[in-house]
Amino acid sequence: MSARTRTAGRAGSRTAVRPAWLEKPKPLTRAAKAVALVAVVLLVCVPFLVIVSTSLASTDEVVANGGWVLWPAEPSLDAYRDILDGGIVTHALGVSAGVTLVGTLLSLACTVTLAYALSRPGVFGGRPVLLLILFTFLFPPGMIPSFLLVKELGLLDSYASLVLPVLVNVFNLVVLRGFFQGIPEELYEAARLDGAGDWRVLFSVVLPLSKAALAVVGLFYAVAYWNSWFYASLYLESDHWPLQQVLRTYVVAGSGLTDATTGEGTVTAPQTVQMAVLVIATVPILLVYPFLQRYFTKGVLTGAIKS
Amino acid sequence: MLPGLGYFLLFHYGALAGNLIAFKEYVPFDGVWGSPWVGLGNFQRMFEDGAFWAAVLNTLWIAVLQLVFYFPVPLGLALLLHSLTRDSVRRFVQSVAYLPHFISWVIVVALFQQVLGDTGLLNSSLDGMGLSTVDIIGDPDAFRSLTVAQVIWKDAGWGTIIFLAALAQVDEQQYEAAAIDGAGPWRRFWHVTLPAIRPVIVLLLIMRLGDILSVGFEQMLLQRDAVGPEAAEIIDTFVYYQGIVGGDYGFAAAAGLFKGVVGALLVYAANKVAHRLGEQGVYK
Repeated sequence: MSARTRTAGRAGSRTAVRPAWLEKPKPLTRAAKAVALVAVVLLVCVPFLVIVSTSLASTDEVVANGGWVLWPAEPSLDAYRDILDGGIVTHALGVSAGVTLVGTLLSLACTVTLAYALSRPGVFGGRPVLLLILFTFLFPPGMIPSFLLVKELGLLDSYASLVLPVLVNVFNLVVLRGFFQGIPEELYEAARLDGAGDWRVLFSVVLPLSKAALAVVGLFYAVAYWNSWFYASLYLESDHWPLQQVLRTYVVAGSGLTDATTGEGTVTAPQTVQMAVLVIATVPILLVYPFLQRYFTKGVLTGAIKS
Repeated sequence: MLPGLGYFLLFHYGALAGNLIAFKEYVPFDGVWGSPWVGLGNFQRMFEDGAFWAAVLNTLWIAVLQLVFYFPVPLGLALLLHSLTRDSVRRFVQSVAYLPHFISWVIVVALFQQVLGDTGLLNSSLDGMGLSTVDIIGDPDAFRSLTVAQVIWKDAGWGTIIFLAALAQVDEQQYEAAAIDGAGPWRRFWHVTLPAIRPVIVLLLIMRLGDILSVGFEQMLLQRDAVGPEAAEIIDTFVYYQGIVGGDYGFAAAAGLFKGVVGALLVYAANKVAHRLGEQGVYK
């Protein structure tokens, strides 16, 4: 078990200097570590490579290869063209994007205001309200009562049923509250002396200082909404389905994508089309991920410590 | 402030009150409030139902397997990452390892089908080499191992975050002092590293224990059709099929309530034990 040092190495080299007390690593240990690391990276990357390649391959190639392709000989975008020409997948993509956008904004707004109120001492309720909320984390209401509630509220087959029942996530709330509590008290006092009200303090002082936490929590919400399919299967009719639920039906459960579902006549093997749907469902996450991942440790940490 | 609070009152406490249905015979026309009481009838029916106990056993079995085979993986991976001297390599591997956590279960299951399914990557390769193919995805006997593998693939990387954070808090000088005192790598691990991450391990174990009656609901539901209920039925899917699919709301709610109460009691008990052992626990 070694430790890292932050001292800069020789000019131009990126290798950290091993501290004097640390034993020189054995070649065998180093090799084992390298193998493990490469294995981790490959385990994650290869499946993605396969689906992307297969979605770009031609039908003949997929058939010749027995259903999958590691590296397409002649990449073509036919499968994507089939999907995106106004059929069920195009519609589902729109639903997913809309629900994710609106849901994330609503969730963030509610979580921020609630977290802010709970982070300030003496704001109404304070501790009892916090305990009331933490209790729901320990004891969720359960699937059936939640379902019946949505039903009795008349939210069946509405997009609201995908957002409202999961509006605020306790973990995200605790993360934000912890972050707000970490802001120095002097700043609050200074703002108060300048005559700022609660809203003004929140927008001019607190939020600009919490960009990292907001980015992480926003990402968590967005990913949750984007990946959600179970509520859609519970509450929505199939013509309103978001992408993940469509994916579940046609790829996981194996119902074929027929001509009717992809819009017009299909010329691509279902396999390539299926893989294309998979890729489309994954890409948005791959796009936002690199920008936000540097905040993870910070965000998750504050939450972990506070809870 | 108010909308957020309103949400909790309505969708958590409102729904919590809906658990009353567990003590009733649900009549759609009368709604939750108007349905007639049946006392503990639903629970009695549940405890006499072999399918329910099969689901409970299956849940526990899968949970224990995950505890034994999944739980140590993020810890080991975190120790490995922490021991790297090159920051650039460490950051890259970390980024790659976190990624699967953000991929939905639908996609994860589809990926596994593509790689291990009957026409998937593995079988095509075996076929190409003239070997006999294996059906991993549809085999009820292999299902438990498969689910553990899926959980490891999806969440082991993400699980390292909390361990890495704990490891980063260890003061470098402690290692140095230990080394000067003649402690080898293993002694240093035992006396410096382990005490630093013990609270985190205990915390995670308690949380896992509280969740022992719920193992990946989405994961099981997605694959239940492929392997059959004998292998994949857990308490949550039992509730789903009895209630949402079968319409027997009172009965299904009773099963769900049973799970919730037992889970909460388990967390409480595990927390007590942790305090006895002098650990922080969850503190709720």
